[in-house]
Amino acid sequence: MKCGFFPALKSHGAKTVAIFIVLTVVTSNLCFALSGPVNSPITVLPIDRAKFLAGQKFDFLVEVKNAAATNIAVTVNGTDAERYFGKKAVAKLDGSIASYRINDVAFMATGALEIAVKAATNDGPAFRSVRYAVVSDAAPKRAKNVILFIGDGMGLQARQMARILAKGITEGKYNDLLEMEKMSNTALITTSGYDSLVTDSANSASAYATGHKSVVNAMGIYADSTADPLDDPKVENIIEIAKRTRGMATGIVSTANITDATPAAMVAHTRRRSELNFIAASMLDASHRPDVILGGGSQQFLPLSTPGSKRKDDRNLIEEFKALGYSFSGTKTELKNTPAGAAKLLGLYHLDNMNVYLDRAMLKDPKVLKGFSDQPTLMDMTSKAIAALSQNPNGFFLMVEGASIDKQLHVLDWQRATYDTIEMDKAIGIAKEFAKKNGDTMIIVVADHAHGASITGTYHELDGKTGREAVRIYAESIFPTFADRDGDGFPDDPNPSVSLAVQFANHPDYNETYKFKQEPTVPAIMADGKAVANPKLQGEFQPGNIPSSDPSEVHAADDIILTAQGPGAEYFNGVMDNTEVFFAMVRALGLDGRRGLK
Amino acid sequence: MKKLIPRFTGIFLGLLLAGNVLPGGLQQERAVPGGEPPLFLRTARAAPFWEAWTRPPATPLAFEEMYSGASALGLQLSPKLKSLEGRRVSMTGFMAPPLKPTLAFFVLTQVPMSVCPFCSTDAAWPSDIVLVKLSEPVNSLPFDQPIKVAGTLELGTQIDAETGFVSLVRIRADTVAKAE
Ligand SMILES: [Zn+2]
Repeated sequence: MKCGFFPALKSHGAKTVAIFIVLTVVTSNLCFALSGPVNSPITVLPIDRAKFLAGQKFDFLVEVKNAAATNIAVTVNGTDAERYFGKKAVAKLDGSIASYRINDVAFMATGALEIAVKAATNDGPAFRSVRYAVVSDAAPKRAKNVILFIGDGMGLQARQMARILAKGITEGKYNDLLEMEKMSNTALITTSGYDSLVTDSANSASAYATGHKSVVNAMGIYADSTADPLDDPKVENIIEIAKRTRGMATGIVSTANITDATPAAMVAHTRRRSELNFIAASMLDASHRPDVILGGGSQQFLPLSTPGSKRKDDRNLIEEFKALGYSFSGTKTELKNTPAGAAKLLGLYHLDNMNVYLDRAMLKDPKVLKGFSDQPTLMDMTSKAIAALSQNPNGFFLMVEGASIDKQLHVLDWQRATYDTIEMDKAIGIAKEFAKKNGDTMIIVVADHAHGASITGTYHELDGKTGREAVRIYAESIFPTFADRDGDGFPDDPNPSVSLAVQFANHPDYNETYKFKQEPTVPAIMADGKAVANPKLQGEFQPGNIPSSDPSEVHAADDIILTAQGPGAEYFNGVMDNTEVFFAMVRALGLDGRRGLK
Repeated sequence: MKKLIPRFTGIFLGLLLAGNVLPGGLQQERAVPGGEPPLFLRTARAAPFWEAWTRPPATPLAFEEMYSGASALGLQLSPKLKSLEGRRVSMTGFMAPPLKPTLAFFVLTQVPMSVCPFCSTDAAWPSDIVLVKLSEPVNSLPFDQPIKVAGTLELGTQIDAETGFVSLVRIRADTVAKAE
C-alpha cells in the first residue's frame, strides 16, 4: 500500500474527513510496517523484535558487510554490551565481513531492550538499532506437564479431512468432532520464518522449541553468513530449559526418522537439517538428551559397518544410549515388553521413516513394508512415552509428531495423510485421558505449516462419469460413504463408492487418478533435472504450477489452526505468531530461565 | 535388452547420428522431451569390447532378492546376494539423477526417484540401492525408464573418495542398456 493513498479520499466531502483522520492514524503505522525489508549492512542476531524468556541462553552476533574495520560498538540499553553481559566479545574480520560475537549469554531482567550498533563500513559509518522483549510470565494455574502434538503439514483442511473420514457427516452436521477439536482454546498461527514467507518443518518446529524465528532448513539457531552448518549462533530450546531449570523429564516421539526436522528441532542446533549424523549424536548430549526417544530412523544410529546404516563413522549410538540406561526396543512387541518402570526409552522401529498407518496397520503389503512388519502405532508410542516420563516428580515435556501427514500430502496422497491424522488424533485421545487424571497437563495440538490441499467436493463414478467430470461440486457433492464398521476409529475402506475430491493448489506435473493408490506412488519423478509426471500413474495430466525443479507438492504459507486445553491454554487466542507457542509452554509450566544458570 | 554397442561401432553410430539416422526403437523410446542426445550410444563399460565374448552369463538379481531380512538393527544380506559376490549379475532398475555428470558411477534404484538426494540436501536415499560403477562417466541416461545393468557384484561398505558417497552393494558394470 502506498502511503499517499488515503489523501484521495478527501474529495468525498466533510463526512469522510473524520474517517480520514482515523485512517491516517492507522496508516501512519501501516506505512512504517510496510516500508519494505531492512536494507542495512549491519545484521544483528537475534533479530529485531526477538522475544526472550528471562535467563534463556543465546549467542549474540553482529555481522557487518563491507566492513572497514573490526571495531564494532554495541550497547544494550545504553550500556556497553561487554559490560552488560559481563563477557568479552570476539571480534573478527573475515574477508569483507566483520563480526562481533558473545556466546552463551542471557537477559536476566524482563522488559524492553534496545541494542544499538555502530560500525565503520567502506561506505562510511553505519548504525543500526534493534529492540528485544524479555518476559518471564507464569500462568495463574500452572501445568506440571506439557504435551505438544505437531501434525506435520496438518493445515485446517487436513484436520477436516480427518473429521470427515473418521466421524462422518449426516445431513450437514458432523456426527462428532475429533479429539483435537474438542479442546478449550483455539488460535490462528502464522508460520513464516525470518527469511521467507513459506517455512519448512525445521524452521517452524524451531520457533515452537525456542520462541525464536529461524530460516528454512535451520533449527535452534540464527543463521550467520558462514557456510559451516554447525557454527551459527544458538538459542536455548524448551528441552534444555526444562532440564536445566527444573530437572523435568523430556521426550520426543515421531513416525518419521527421529532425526527428521520436527523432532530434531526440539533438541539440536544446526543451520542444516540434513546434518543427520550430527543430529543423532547430538541427542546424547546431557544438556538436551531426551529421556524418551521413539520413532523411525535407526539408520542414523547404527555404525557404518552395519548394512543399512547411514552413519559415516563407526559409532553405535544405540549401544551408547543403552550404556546410559536406556531400554531399547526395535519392534512393537519389544516396546510392549519394555518394563513398566523404565524411565528412559530409545525405540527405533524402522531404518528409515516408519510406514504410514494405512500400510503398516491395515494393508500390510509385504512389498511395501519390506520386512518391517511389527511397527508400533503412534498411540502405542504415545502411551509408553507418557508412562515413562510421568515417573519424574518434576513433570515432563513431550513432543509427539504425526510426521507423515506432511510426507503424504507432498505426494498428493491425501488418503494416507488422513489416516495418519486420525492416528495422531487417537494419540491425542490417550494424552487427554492422562490429563484428565490430575488436571495438571497442558495439551497443544498444532501443525507446523499448511499444504495446498483443498476439499473441493466429493468424487464418485456411480453414474459412469469419470475423471474431472466425476468431481462433484455444489449440489452434486453428495456426502462421502466412509464407514467404520469395526469401530477402530479408522474408516474400513480408504476408497469407498463416494469419496472426497481433494485438489491441490501447488503441484508438479502429474497424472490425476482421483482414486486411492493401493501402493504408495509418487506423482512425479526427476528426469534430467526436471520433475515429470510419473508414467506409472494413468490419469488426467495436470501441468505443474510450481518450478519444475521440485517433484513434490509443496508447503503453503497459509496460517494454521492451534487447539489447546489444560492449565495455561488460556494463552491461546486470536491470531498469534508461531514463536508464541514456546512462550505459552514456558508460561504454563512457570519455567524461570534464570534458575540453574552457571 | 539391447546390448550396448562396442566402442568402434559406437563411433560409427555416432556418425550416423550426426546425420540424424537413428537405429530403430531408440528414438521413440526417449524418456524425456528435452533434446538431449539419444541415450544408449555412449560407452558405459568397464571392460574392453572383446570381453563380451568371454563373459560368463549374468545371473538375474531382483531388488527384492537382495535382503532376506530387515530390522531396526540393519539389513541382512540374502544368501543369494552373498553367493553372487564377485560373480556376474544383471539387475533392472532406474538410474537416479547423478550428483554431477562427470562421475563414473550412478545409483540404481528399484523405483524412479521422486527426490534427488544428490541435488537436495534434504532428500534421502532408500536403503535398497545399488551403486553402478562405470569405466567412464555417462550422461544423458533416462531417469524415468527402466535400465538393465550387468557386471560383477561387489559387497561391503565403501566410501567414494571424491563424493563421500557410502555404498553397500555395487555392480562393476560391463553393460548398461534399456530394459525391455
Ligand atoms: Zn514437508
